[in-house]
Amino acid sequence: MRLLSLSPRTGAFSDGTVADLPQHLRRGDLLVLNDAATLPASLPARGPDGQEIELRLAGQEDAPGPPSFWAVVFGPGGWRERTEDRPAPPALPVGTWITIGGDLRAEVRALSSLSPRLVLLRFAAADDALWPALYRHGRPVQYSYLREPLALWDVQTPFHARPWAMEMPSAGRALTLPRLEELRGRGVSLAWLTHAAGLSSTGDAALDAALPLPERYEVPEATVEAVARARAAGGRVVAVGTTVVRALESAAQDGRLRAGRGLATLRIDGGFRPRVVDGLLTGLHEDGTSHFELLKAFAPAAFLEPALRHAAEAGYLGHEFGDALLIHE
Amino acid sequence: MELAGRAVLVTGGSRGLGAETARVLAGRGARVVVAARPSADLTAVVESIRRGGGTAHAVAADLGRKEDIVPLAGTAAALVGPLDAVVHNASTLGPLPLRALADTACEDLAAVLEVNLLGPFRLTKELLGPMVLRQGGLVVAVTSDAGTVPYEGWGAYGVSKAALDHLMRIWAQELGASGVRVLSVDPGEMDTAMHAQAMPEAPRSALAHPRDVALRLVALMEAADTVPSGARVVLDQWQAPVLR
Repeated sequence: MRLLSLSPRTGAFSDGTVADLPQHLRRGDLLVLNDAATLPASLPARGPDGQEIELRLAGQEDAPGPPSFWAVVFGPGGWRERTEDRPAPPALPVGTWITIGGDLRAEVRALSSLSPRLVLLRFAAADDALWPALYRHGRPVQYSYLREPLALWDVQTPFHARPWAMEMPSAGRALTLPRLEELRGRGVSLAWLTHAAGLSSTGDAALDAALPLPERYEVPEATVEAVARARAAGGRVVAVGTTVVRALESAAQDGRLRAGRGLATLRIDGGFRPRVVDGLLTGLHEDGTSHFELLKAFAPAAFLEPALRHAAEAGYLGHEFGDALLIHE
Repeated sequence: MELAGRAVLVTGGSRGLGAETARVLAGRGARVVVAARPSADLTAVVESIRRGGGTAHAVAADLGRKEDIVPLAGTAAALVGPLDAVVHNASTLGPLPLRALADTACEDLAAVLEVNLLGPFRLTKELLGPMVLRQGGLVVAVTSDAGTVPYEGWGAYGVSKAALDHLMRIWAQELGASGVRVLSVDPGEMDTAMHAQAMPEAPRSALAHPRDVALRLVALMEAADTVPSGARVVLDQWQAPVLR
């Protein structure tokens, strides 16, 4: 896995591999990881009249009561088709019941104001029955640019824990467990949070324009303390993945980083001044995506564009299973 | 490891040592996930723990199936949070009655290795990341003296347990500085259905009750920081440290 390193101050960039990460980080720096495991968020389902549909879970509601998820509804079709080319699904008004995998039932409780294809589903199953059913019927969200379909083990980071993510928080792929141990051995601290990375594409113009949708996160007290320690010692806080940026900056919206759960609604772009995060390890994202917009909060477009042009010319791979970009001083 | 409030996964938990270990762990205040192939026994274990005021969840899984491992780990983490400990207890003897290696089909040896060796390997890989991040965690593999003594007729099972012991030793070396501890535990002969399958002729009166063995196994987990990581512990020779 290759690593492009970019200085946000000078615009200078250099080529390397992720094995060089320890050389880019200093004793006292803090690396913050997203430990979300990736769910099999794509579920085969049938509408009220038996119509074939696909549900892609977008995010779980963090509320008491029966488990509820927001989901994007797709018409019939396979993973080889680009989401924007899929036929429209049938309308699913509030109160409609749908069946997932033949035995899991859910009721449409609300429609999003963004698009009626984004629906709030309440499952007729308690947690003990729901989670095994989701794993039994679901499979990972697939990417039409890949040659083979992804299995569930292909979309997990090395340090995944609770299944909150709908697509893989893919920047974590660079950090294998031996590499994490090596970083620790060099005095780099590690901290984690859980951020429910949502869908990267919905095939619905109104929804795609609103991405990322609100995503829940949880920042542990230990991570708040680790950030404070790094700051006090002059270390840098480096986020592994844009989801970590979104969680940390959302949790610090009133000026102070706070532990606990929340819903990230921040849209981070070139006009945003990060309060917590100093540097970012991420994938190589195309101009025009919300990921690319987020990068502009860390480096000016005048520096990002030549660096990414170089990456494209030098054959770096983009997307979820591609190479890595480190933006740090 | 202090067990109250910890998230612990026990495989092969529908009967015998696994079921009793799940009960004892829940009695210590652990939040327990019991994994086994689906059966009335599995449901009954979890229901009896809940009736006693403990926290337990049943997750149906075949540890010999690669496709079951990520769903098991994900479901467990969804129900009780990132796991602090796992007891790899599920295992299979292979075809019965036990037979000489010369009479063992390649496929039967492979099937035993899938459950007894690859199952714990895959599941440990799944659970290790958050343990390494948190700099703590306990991986316990239930082994057998058949892994050290070459008993005739125990070829497939014995080979799988010898390999499991070595897997745990190497893992302990590689995880040396991480704070994650790894143990192989030989529980000795017990009065279980598995023992009866292997040796239907053997008198049961001389065998330990799995409940008593589970109590010692859980005591070992509580005292895991007094045992070198990577050790193969013969449970009935292990002395629990004296509590001050």
